[in-house]
Order: sequence, then C-alpha cells, then structure tokens
Amino acid sequence: MPAATVPTTPVAISVEHVSKTFRLPHRQYSTLKERALHPFRSTTYDELHAVQDVSLEIAEGEFFGIVGRNGSGKSTLLKCIAGIYGVDTGRISIAGRLSPFIELGVGFNPDLNARDNVVINAIMLGLSRKQAMARFEHVVAFAELEGFMDLRLKNYSSGMLVRLAFATAIQVDAEILLIDEVLAVGDAAFQQKCFEEFFRLKREGRTIVFVSHDMYSVERFCNRAMLMERGVMTKIGEPREIGRAYHELNFGQLAHDAPEESHSADGTAIADAWFEKADGERVTSASQEEELSMCFEASLGQDLSEPVFAVTLRTELGHTILVARSDQHGHSSGSFKAGESVVARFAIPNWLTASRYLLTPSLARQGTGENALALVEDMTSIVIHGASGGGILELPVDVKLERL
Amino acid sequence: MSTVGDIGLPGPAPKRAPASHRVHAPSAMGGGLLRFWSLTFMLARTEFKLRFFGSILGYVWTLMRPLMLFGVMLFVFTDILDINKGNPVPHYPEYLLESLILFTYFQETTSGAVPSLVGRENLLRRVRFPRLVVPLSVALFCLFNLFMNLIVVFIFILASGVTPMWSWLELPLLVGLLVIFSAGVGMLLSALYVRFRDVQPIWEVFLQLLYYASPILYTVQTAADHHFFNIPFSRILVINPIGAILTQARKALLQPSAPSAAAALGGYARLLIPLGIIAGLFALGLWYFNREAPLISEKL
Repeated sequence: MPAATVPTTPVAISVEHVSKTFRLPHRQYSTLKERALHPFRSTTYDELHAVQDVSLEIAEGEFFGIVGRNGSGKSTLLKCIAGIYGVDTGRISIAGRLSPFIELGVGFNPDLNARDNVVINAIMLGLSRKQAMARFEHVVAFAELEGFMDLRLKNYSSGMLVRLAFATAIQVDAEILLIDEVLAVGDAAFQQKCFEEFFRLKREGRTIVFVSHDMYSVERFCNRAMLMERGVMTKIGEPREIGRAYHELNFGQLAHDAPEESHSADGTAIADAWFEKADGERVTSASQEEELSMCFEASLGQDLSEPVFAVTLRTELGHTILVARSDQHGHSSGSFKAGESVVARFAIPNWLTASRYLLTPSLARQGTGENALALVEDMTSIVIHGASGGGILELPVDVKLERL
Repeated sequence: MSTVGDIGLPGPAPKRAPASHRVHAPSAMGGGLLRFWSLTFMLARTEFKLRFFGSILGYVWTLMRPLMLFGVMLFVFTDILDINKGNPVPHYPEYLLESLILFTYFQETTSGAVPSLVGRENLLRRVRFPRLVVPLSVALFCLFNLFMNLIVVFIFILASGVTPMWSWLELPLLVGLLVIFSAGVGMLLSALYVRFRDVQPIWEVFLQLLYYASPILYTVQTAADHHFFNIPFSRILVINPIGAILTQARKALLQPSAPSAAAALGGYARLLIPLGIIAGLFALGLWYFNREAPLISEKL
C-alpha cells in the first residue's frame, strides 16, 4: 500500500488542525493568600505549544506510529486523541470504540495482589466487573504468572508487572487502541509474544496508534508513521523513512560538529574524516547492508616511508568494533613526500547493528602504530539504521534446518 | 519468523463503518451509567481493601475509632462537665453515639474528597473516565463504613431498652439526605482543591466549627433557651442540614416524644431551608465540578 498517501479505507481517527497549548504560570499561585497578595502577577504565563496545527488521518485497521524526542508533543497528541486533554483549536473525530487507556498498568496498586489489580485495571479499561472476572483466567495464562496471583504487586519484578499489565490491556474490546511506550521492558520471549498479539490485533482490523522511541518496533509494526518535533508534525510517511529522519534528528547535528584537529610538530595532520557510500557520496547515516567506506584525509609534514593509516570504529559506549590498518596482511603503503595529502579509504560491508558509531582516524610511522603522528579521537560519526537483533553485528546468516 | 509476512498487510475490512464522533475533553459524567457505577464501586472497594490491609483488627478499626471517641466524649460531657445538668436528655449516650457516627460520615466524606482528585493524578492523566467518579467513590467508601457503624449503633440502642419502632424506617431517608449533602460538598471541595490548595486547612477548621455548631454533644432542646438576634438558637441549629438530620434521627430512632426537625424549626414549611441548602450545595457542587472537569487533568 502506498504509505505516504492517505489510505482509501474508512477513516478511524481524523485530526484536523489540532493545537494544544499549556499555560505555565511563571509562579504557581496555588494558595489563596498568595493570590490575594499578588492579584495581578499571576496573569503572566509561559505558553508551551505542545501541539501545533497537526492534521492527519488514520485509516481503519492501520498501525500508526508516532515518534519524536522527549517533549516533542507526541504524548500530548495521544492524550488529545484519547480525550484526556481537550484541544484548544481544531477537532478530533474518531469512528469506533476507543480504548480509554494510553499506558499499561494504570491504576495498579502495589499493596494489592495481582488478582485484585487485574480486575481493577480491566474495569478502568472499560470492562464490567463480571467481564473482568470472566477473562481473568486468560490474563493469567497469557502473562504466565499462574503461581503469583496472590502475591502483592510490590513484590513483582518490573518484567512481571509489564506482563500482567499487557495481558490485561489486550482484553479490552475497543476498536481503536492508543498505546504509549509499552515494550520497554519484558524479556525477549515475552516481547515476542506481545508482538504476536499485536499482529493478531492487526489481523482483526483494529486501529492502533503507537507512540514510541523504539524505531525498531515502529519499523516492524507500523504501516505508517509520523515524526514530531517541538509540537509540529515534521514528517509523515513510511516507517523506514521516518526512522531515518528520527535518527538524523537525534544524531545528525553531532555528526557535523567540527572536530578538534591534532597536529604534530612538523604539520602532519588529519584534515578531515567522513563516511561514504559505494558511489562516493558522503553520508552521516546509512542503512544496513550497503557498502560503507570509512575515509580520512591526512596532510603530511615530513617524508614518510611505509606509514600506517588506520581507523578505529567504536560504539558510543566506547566498545571497539573494528580496527583497520593499511599494513594489514603485509600491504605496502608506499613512500610519501612532505606536503602531500593522502586520502585513505577503508571499505566494509555494513553489518553493523542499528546504532551510532564513532570513527577515530590515525596516522603512524612504520612499525607498531603506537607512535601516532596524528590521531583525532571520535572525529566523525555515523548512524546506522535498520534491524537490531540485540547483538553488535548483523552478520548475514544462512539458516538450515534438518529434520532427523 | 512466519509473522514477518504480516507486516504491511492491511487488516480485513470491517463489516460496517462505525459512525464518526468528535472527541471532547473529559467530562464529569458521561460514558454510560454502568461504567460510571462500576468505576465508582471499584475505587471505593479498593480503598476499603487498602485501608484495612495488613492491620490486625482490619475493619474493626472503623468501629473502634468512633466508639473510642464516643467513650471519651461520654466521660467528659456527662461525668466531668455534666452537660445535661437540670435538663436530662433521655438516651443521651445513644444520641451521642448515633450523632457522632452520622457526623463522622460527613467529616470523612468531605475531608477525604478534598484531596481525592489530586491523589488520583496517576489515573486522571492516563485514562479517560468520568471525573465525578473520584469524589463520589470517597462518599461510597465512607458509606460502607457508615453501614458498619450503624450496626453498632443499633446494638447500643437495643441494649439501652429502646424497642424497635416503625419510625426507624426513616433512617434510610435521613442517611440518603446526608449522603447527598456530603457528596455535594465533596464534589465542590475536590474541584476547588485542584486550583486552591488551602481549601484543605480551611476545611479542617470549618469541620471543627461545624462539629461544635451541630447538635451532637447536646440536643436542640439543650440550646432552646439561648437566643441569637431574637431567634431561638435551636432553630439556627436546625437550619444547618446536619442539625436537622440529627434532630430528626433522634426522634425517629430513640425518642418519639423528642421534637422533630420541623418542630424545632417551627413549621414544616421551614424544612425547606435545610433541604434547600442540601439541594443547593449539591447543585452548586455538581455545576462547579462539571465546569472544571475538562481541565482537571491539566491543572493537577
């Protein structure tokens, strides 16, 4: 289906020019005395434009993602759609029954046992007490918490809590579900189960609006997605594009930051470092499986024979993924004269997992490479998007199953 | 990974397109009576469970509190001060207990309702549900307690030698009026507290005043000789809805010869004053709460 255009199926949620502004008083006057003492001062407000003139239509049966950084207004928009906040201008219409919850485990009370909490939560979600009791067994079975029903929630682990909350939440009968950041916790096996449940909901034709930071789940589930930044909808379209835009938003500026140059006494320096694609285009973000080159330009201040050009690729946490050197496998780099500039390119198949990586270029005399003539730590960076299987590399895997 | 194939496939077309309706800000009521009731009941029931969870005596404490207060009051006001000197009040201990327990209902409901919305911030900011559920669940929770307490009151009444009377059937009506009055005040205060945090201390002081200004420790007859601008003090006491309810309850439950609320006021028509206050405060509370409801989740 053409992702960026408005689908032709019936519209489930229609948002027309919606704006929402919070008025934040400079000082919160919440006592009568303060109000009486300063009757006029409290009229100064900071206006926080949480959502500004957002329009979109979500079709029935669509799985729609909203992404954005913290404070971009995505949760406010979701709360407006849910009818928890009223809108200032514009209108929101929905067709079908809307689930009243936007977060998991709302109303969970740590002092009550799981049994009571499930019933409370189910009633909050719109079931009657009878229905809640009737579906209790399903909830327990789905959450796989059979032995823990009489345990108070304060003794639950966070993973168990999420399982219980998710298992309760999917009992809701609504046609439109609004979900804010749900899959943050839970072990891998349970996450898989949640994913399958999402697919079931999707097959049943339910409309789901999904707010997340996790681009992987957005790309995996959503038919369409939108990116919000400072209350404005900056982009709407295919999840993959939105994912790319989101990563650029997060890391883009960082990659362009001017690096500190490192000179040695004779003027040997690394002038520039960048990543490029196979066609030579410089990039700050890339998709998996394209060929990627790590490049830098060095200007030499002295005559060098067999110098070692090297790059180190690290994760943001500082784990070294790769060290590549020009003298690998006994390759000769040749001889260079002072004043020459050299561009070194290290091409790799891009099997990196989705994340941000930092490149440290260096130039050293022949030998160990320890005695660097020029080295710039984390001179440039790149954001890789695509799948994240949990490891540090997404190596191509050939799977074979044999029945014995 | 059989599920991967499902990505991007639109779901099956639904049988009928439901009518589109506009989303509004949260309301005070709305969402259907059944949901309103099950939410109110659930919140009240949860509160009840939580209150007595982990305490050894459980909800016996609900009985103990007013009973202990009653014991102290009885000792101080009959043995030490002898409030009824020269003007004996039949069934004074039973009257004191019954009045204390009815007043406790008003006190617990209203002072519990004041911070109720702020205390439920977690729910109000995350779930769409009729906002009025929150203060009303407090009134319902306190009503559970009142039922428990009334059982004890009746045990005392029977033990004191009062024989069951048909007029006991007035009690549900009186409790009903008390609930409407308390809920009305509770709605008003809970919504006010969202804007003005000093509603709480003010209300605490006001409750203290009301406690002494209501015929709890004394009866309307005790105060009959006092005047306030030529109006018998007893009448002023019964203008207060609490006073009217307590006075009527005394006649209905304990002593048929005691003055009714109407008699204390000097005529049935004047009953409209306390009834009007109950209805008026309830309407005011409802109106104000309804006005504030859409904004509650933002202003918390």
